Amino acid sequence: MAGIPHDHYEPKTGGEKWLHSRLPILGLLYDTIMIPTPKNLNWMWVWGIILTFCLVLQIATGVVLVMHYTPHVDLAFASIEHIMRNVNGGHFIRYLHMNGASLFFVAVYAHIFRGLYYGSYKAPREVTWIIGMLIYLCMMGTAFMGYVLPWGQMSFWGATVITGLFGAIPFIGEPIQTWLLGGPAVDNATLNRFFSLHYLLPMVIAALVALHIWAFHTTGNNNPTGVEVRRGSKAEAEKDTVPFWPYYVIKDLLALAVILAIFFAIVGFMPNYLGHPDNYIEANPLATPAHIVPEWYFLPFYAILRAFTSDVWLVQLASFVTGGIIDAKFFGVLAMFGAIIVMALAPWLDTSSVRSGRYRPMFKWWFWLLVIDFFALMWLGAMPAEEPYASFSLIASAYWFAYFLVILPLLGVIEKPLAQPDTIEADFDAHYPPKDEAKGAGAATPAE
Amino acid sequence: MSHAEDHEGTRRDFLYYAAAGAGVVTTGAAVWPMVNQMNPSADVRALSTIRVDVSGVAPGTQLTVKWLGKPVFIRHRTEEEIAEAKAQDAAIADGSAPALVDPLANNENIDAGAPATDANRTMPSPEGEAAESWVVQMGVCTHLGCVPLGNAGEFGGWFCPCHGSHYDMAGRIRKGPAPRNLPIPPASWVEDGTILLG
Repeated sequence: MAGIPHDHYEPKTGGEKWLHSRLPILGLLYDTIMIPTPKNLNWMWVWGIILTFCLVLQIATGVVLVMHYTPHVDLAFASIEHIMRNVNGGHFIRYLHMNGASLFFVAVYAHIFRGLYYGSYKAPREVTWIIGMLIYLCMMGTAFMGYVLPWGQMSFWGATVITGLFGAIPFIGEPIQTWLLGGPAVDNATLNRFFSLHYLLPMVIAALVALHIWAFHTTGNNNPTGVEVRRGSKAEAEKDTVPFWPYYVIKDLLALAVILAIFFAIVGFMPNYLGHPDNYIEANPLATPAHIVPEWYFLPFYAILRAFTSDVWLVQLASFVTGGIIDAKFFGVLAMFGAIIVMALAPWLDTSSVRSGRYRPMFKWWFWLLVIDFFALMWLGAMPAEEPYASFSLIASAYWFAYFLVILPLLGVIEKPLAQPDTIEADFDAHYPPKDEAKGAGAATPAE
Repeated sequence: MSHAEDHEGTRRDFLYYAAAGAGVVTTGAAVWPMVNQMNPSADVRALSTIRVDVSGVAPGTQLTVKWLGKPVFIRHRTEEEIAEAKAQDAAIADGSAPALVDPLANNENIDAGAPATDANRTMPSPEGEAAESWVVQMGVCTHLGCVPLGNAGEFGGWFCPCHGSHYDMAGRIRKGPAPRNLPIPPASWVEDGTILLG
């Protein structure tokens, strides 16, 4: 499967041979789990497993929640309270599902920024990156529609605001919005279709995750040095790698245990910390909550959506050039989706031939500024739409775009990178010097 | 199959095009019902007109009714509010107040190109009442669809709490991200104290 030379599955018993000649599924599993993995991966490489765990957790808890939930405007809110009060352990399952979404996004943001720092998006891993972005988009769609299902005030008004984004599309926006909602406003038809799609999209995500894994198993993992695994021979490759099982499985399970300890502390002791009290008020189409705020994981992009008001010169220019077709509202929508699109285009916008940020002295600073910018946008998205937050949002949004559209292309030209290690083995040995030189050969073999 | 120079239409070519064309039409015919089922259903479309009794709406108060799943604001303005609205109209006209963001009345009862004057934004008053005393408009912010709050904002009209759009006493957008004045639905007096919406 991978381009890295390694041992392949050989059926041994009669039963294995029988199955292998009919369906080589054991071979597929063996090659997937035994993939040679760079031996210098650091702790930022654990998020993939955390994310896989989150997907399984959300599907498992979701399937059982559906057994007790009723998707109807008159009954949805009550059925959630039924789950909370009457269903055996229902409150715990629901809190796992609610906070599981937050853990999912914590992990995906860490995973994305890991990729941005170590240049994991660069050739030949562009397809892995693009599939990852599609997974992220599906996650946002799933989380948004799931948040509508309890039919609280935030559910209803969040749905109204977000589907209103489609209404901002010139000419065809309103018919599209009506089509999405199934009526002139968010109502029973909307709740039912969101329920259907909330159940469907995780299956799409699962399929995309399979493609994501397939893609990076074809190219091999990136690693903190960004230097490729040597592929000249199996012996050479083995100096740079260890098999995923058991080495990384054990490491990742330790990380998962630590994260789950924190996660269960939140689920157990502060399950509503990340939620909004307004969502425990049943949806009312005639009264908007004083302050509509999306869930925390949407805040950075929500801040970008709100930043571009009609008094910004760029918005006025766009409006003038297009003869008013692009107004402030549509501009905000374009900016919000554009913020994700520029990130997806990073493989082609980054002109540097050096993959890892570790060896890029100027890039590092801009990267950490982007991380700060992300948290700043998250904070600004939660603030009311007034000064000084509006101006800060505009500056922070501008940096987000500048990083991808200006800084990444320019850095590759003006930056003088540091020397990279020749091999992954050299990087590994620099961190963990071999101790056995004096004792003679053979002692270096890992304990098995 | 045949070489590139061979342009003569054959029976086989015809069958290819016919089969591909039939395949496209069949796929489209199969997909369209799947798309169209998401459009508003018959029961939703049926609720398109309602009658509203406004005889109890005293000057200075506002009634909010649900029409087509959305709130409609029916505001009965006081003499002072009418005077203030006219003063704001004059200020916009002589340039002492900023020009309107949306210069169109956005009123379905009159000409689509009509300017957004206070008179064009109000309902014709019933007999015995001052002109421009009734404002009937959708209570849906033209930015992203929140319900604005009454008697709020910098212009004494409505204020949308979601993203800070300020509407004046005639529901015209004056400040904030919303692009258009609050839409005025088809509305007419059917008898004393009753408004027909839709």
